[in-house]
Amino acid sequence: MTRTVPGWVAALASVGALLIGLPLIGLLLRVPWVRVPALLTEPAARDALWLSLRTCLASTVLSVLLGLPLALVLARLRGPWAALGRVVATVPMVLPPVVGGLALLVTLGRRGPVGRLLSLGGVEIGFTTAAVVIAQAFVAMPFLVVAVEGALRSLDADAELMAATLGAGPSRVLWRITLPSLLPAIVSGTSLAAARSLGEFGATVTFAGSLQGVTRTLPLEIYLQREVDTDTALALAAVLLVLAALLVLGTGLLGRRRPARVRATASAATTPGGAG
Amino acid sequence: MRRLRLALAALVVGALVLAGCTGTSERRLTVFAAASLTKVFTAFGDQFESDHPGVTVAFTFDGSSGLVDQLRGGAKADVFASADEANMTKAVDAGRTAGEPEVFARNVLTLVVPPGNPGEVTGLDDSLNGRKLVVCAAQVPCGAATSALAEKLGVRLKPVSEESKVTDALGKVTAGEADAGIVYVTDAAGAGDAVESIEIPGADQVVNNYPIVQVEGAPEPQLAADFIALVRSEQGRTVLTGAGFRTP
Repeated sequence: MTRTVPGWVAALASVGALLIGLPLIGLLLRVPWVRVPALLTEPAARDALWLSLRTCLASTVLSVLLGLPLALVLARLRGPWAALGRVVATVPMVLPPVVGGLALLVTLGRRGPVGRLLSLGGVEIGFTTAAVVIAQAFVAMPFLVVAVEGALRSLDADAELMAATLGAGPSRVLWRITLPSLLPAIVSGTSLAAARSLGEFGATVTFAGSLQGVTRTLPLEIYLQREVDTDTALALAAVLLVLAALLVLGTGLLGRRRPARVRATASAATTPGGAG
Repeated sequence: MRRLRLALAALVVGALVLAGCTGTSERRLTVFAAASLTKVFTAFGDQFESDHPGVTVAFTFDGSSGLVDQLRGGAKADVFASADEANMTKAVDAGRTAGEPEVFARNVLTLVVPPGNPGEVTGLDDSLNGRKLVVCAAQVPCGAATSALAEKLGVRLKPVSEESKVTDALGKVTAGEADAGIVYVTDAAGAGDAVESIEIPGADQVVNNYPIVQVEGAPEPQLAADFIALVRSEQGRTVLTGAGFRTP
């Protein structure tokens, strides 16, 4: 069943693999593995790692909570609004993160239109952990939106229509038909968003600042440690790399075995409530 | 299919041509300089190019430690100007310097506040209580200078952020996000009306020295020597002091 690719495609593919793989291997070769455990117990490193895990979890939850509905709406939109919405939702992916941070700063900062209102209510986002989460969600959510929206548009609408005809309400169709069939895309989109959150640097440093235990996440700590101690920076980089790889790998495995269930749910959706 | 193949070929050729475009037949002087020198060194570069027809000066402006990393990694450069002596020592220890580094400029710290001083900050004193102060992290030159100065003045700073670049600290103040920041006088001067400076009495006790040196194995040693001479000339001093630097 294996399909063969032309030799020249394979040749280009191996160059591509080297381009991505070699620097990663180079990094792993330079990491002072023996000292990694000791370097990671340093308070600054521990704080950064813990902060990164917490903020990454928060921003990923936020991305799913808001990004999933956004993708669902975008996929239903038609015409110029759809195009505009799609551009707005994906632009943070291609913006240099520093630009994203600046955009957040001039909007949510205390001189910005939204930030000024919040400030009147006694809420100032700048220099807080909340600012880190917002910055991460800003750059990460588009990955989820794009993944889910793409899957939605190539989704076969028959099952949804059939369930609706049989009397299932919109929410029921969503929970029983649409979301289960989207599960692989949701899982892979979520893992990409989480990995992107974990690696977020530019928007955080521009918008949230950098203070140990409050806003200095792993990437910021790596950048700072590079100034004085390359070994610590490399050790932290290795941790970041392993975490990101685990995230992508783990969710990849998780997402692969879902679609089989979907066909069964199309009829299941209508049985309990649809009969009445 | 044929059209796709043509398009792919055109893409590859186009990319190669674009990538190759940077090569010119002119002589080229490569200068690695600390980020805080961007303005003055760009002026020196223009001056140097008009004094040496046919020569292009190419700058890399970055944090001093980043530049040392690049030099250690074997980057080709002719001149290296660091924002502190610690990073110059790293370059010397790595064997990437030719000759003795010479201090050509000095910098001191100052307090900056957004225009109008909304936080009503008066100095490194009680007026900072409950205010948002940003400084540089102790790992970078401006932060090391800040800690040293705070210690000498006997004040305890409680910043809301310790930035890894002085420009990030300055940016938080110009954006009005912070009530005050500690930066170099040259950064304050460069920001113009975007900030107000409040002189720190005793700031002279911590002076940051900027050394310059020719890089070992420089492709253009003569041009490198000429450039260093320009920086250290009377005319060079005038440019430096105009930007707020002090000169030795």
